[in-house]
Amino acid sequence: MATDTHSSAGDGVAAASAPGMPQLDFSTFGNQIFWLVLALIAIYLVLSRMALPRIGAVLAERQGTITNDIAKAEDLNKRAKEAEAAYEQALADARTEAQRIIAETKVGIKQDLDAAIAKADAEIAAKSADAEKAIAEIRAGAMDAVRDVATDTVGEIVTAMGGKADPADLAAAVQARMKG
Amino acid sequence: MATEAQGESGGGLEFHPMDQFIVSPLFGDGGVAWYTITNATLWMALAVAAVFALLVMGTAQRQIIPTRMQSVAELAYGFIYKMVEDICGKDGVKYFPYIMTLFMFIVFSNFLGLLPMAFTPTSHIAVTAVMAFAVFIAVTVLGFVKNGAGFLGLFWVSSAPLPLRPVLALIEVISYFVRPVSHSIRLAGNMMAGHAVIKVFAGFAAIAAIAPLSVVAITAMYGLEVLVSFIQAYVFTILTCVYLKDALHPHH
Repeated sequence: MATDTHSSAGDGVAAASAPGMPQLDFSTFGNQIFWLVLALIAIYLVLSRMALPRIGAVLAERQGTITNDIAKAEDLNKRAKEAEAAYEQALADARTEAQRIIAETKVGIKQDLDAAIAKADAEIAAKSADAEKAIAEIRAGAMDAVRDVATDTVGEIVTAMGGKADPADLAAAVQARMKG
Repeated sequence: MATEAQGESGGGLEFHPMDQFIVSPLFGDGGVAWYTITNATLWMALAVAAVFALLVMGTAQRQIIPTRMQSVAELAYGFIYKMVEDICGKDGVKYFPYIMTLFMFIVFSNFLGLLPMAFTPTSHIAVTAVMAFAVFIAVTVLGFVKNGAGFLGLFWVSSAPLPLRPVLALIEVISYFVRPVSHSIRLAGNMMAGHAVIKVFAGFAAIAAIAPLSVVAITAMYGLEVLVSFIQAYVFTILTCVYLKDALHPHH
């Protein structure tokens, strides 16, 4: 700082004429303006020839890359969505098909079942009719046997009691008794 | 000024807040001719070198994923580009390199000037006035070239009542011609004032009892100056854009 002070004292003539404000020392204006114009031209040339086109290109390239990547991502996303939709569709189709098969099978089974039941019913009915017939026959046979036995027994009893009976009378008497 | 004279005579406290703005030759002890290499030359050259380092060397690798330097360079580019586009519209974009030049020069001069022992070119009215008048003249010429006599419509406020318009026109004309003055003094004044205040605080540090307070004050002022350095560069640039917009679209 000391050297600064001394140099300012050396420029004392100028400093004294411009009281305190070096900004108003017009003797330095030409110098500053000259170097300023030079500096500005230098910066302008550096910027317009090299820096700005380069930065602009870098930014544009980055923007392009980003746009491309986003487009690609959207494309992939769309494809994934399509695949998902196809999968859903296939799933839905399969489900409908399964429903249909189930329904068909159910109908088929029901028909078979109904037919079998009907057949079984018919068989049962036939068999029970046969059995009833057989039972009726047996019952009828049993009545005849009872009558025969009764007639025989009555004849034997009559004989044992010393009587003599006509078999036809006996049968008629037994018959009459059984009806009553 | 007065304080300086007192300091000279008092001996104990020495205030030379304005000495940092003296333009002196770097080599030799002669006078300052227009071609002399001075401290102003040095710090302007450093500003140019810094711009080159940031915007050219920083982006040399042209990476898609930027390095830190490249990121800062792109940030500066985008900042000014968007400002020009937002304010001047699409047809203002072709003047973007000029505005970027002004911004980069001012912002680097301001920041380099904050280094201790540095010289701040933008604290000189000679420098800021050249830039402001360059903007003023360019904008005025551009306005007439683009719009012809229609550029004068800038001063004729058609939305105002008819009797008021001549008065408003007069005010508009005056304010138009005051533009370069305020444009340049705002920047130079801000830079000069901040640096001078820091220097005054530094002068107080010679008194041991006040020294800690002085250091704190210098630190605080320095922080403020960092802010001001950027804001003034921003203000100068945005005003340039606004003036350019007036030239391109003079109708209110």
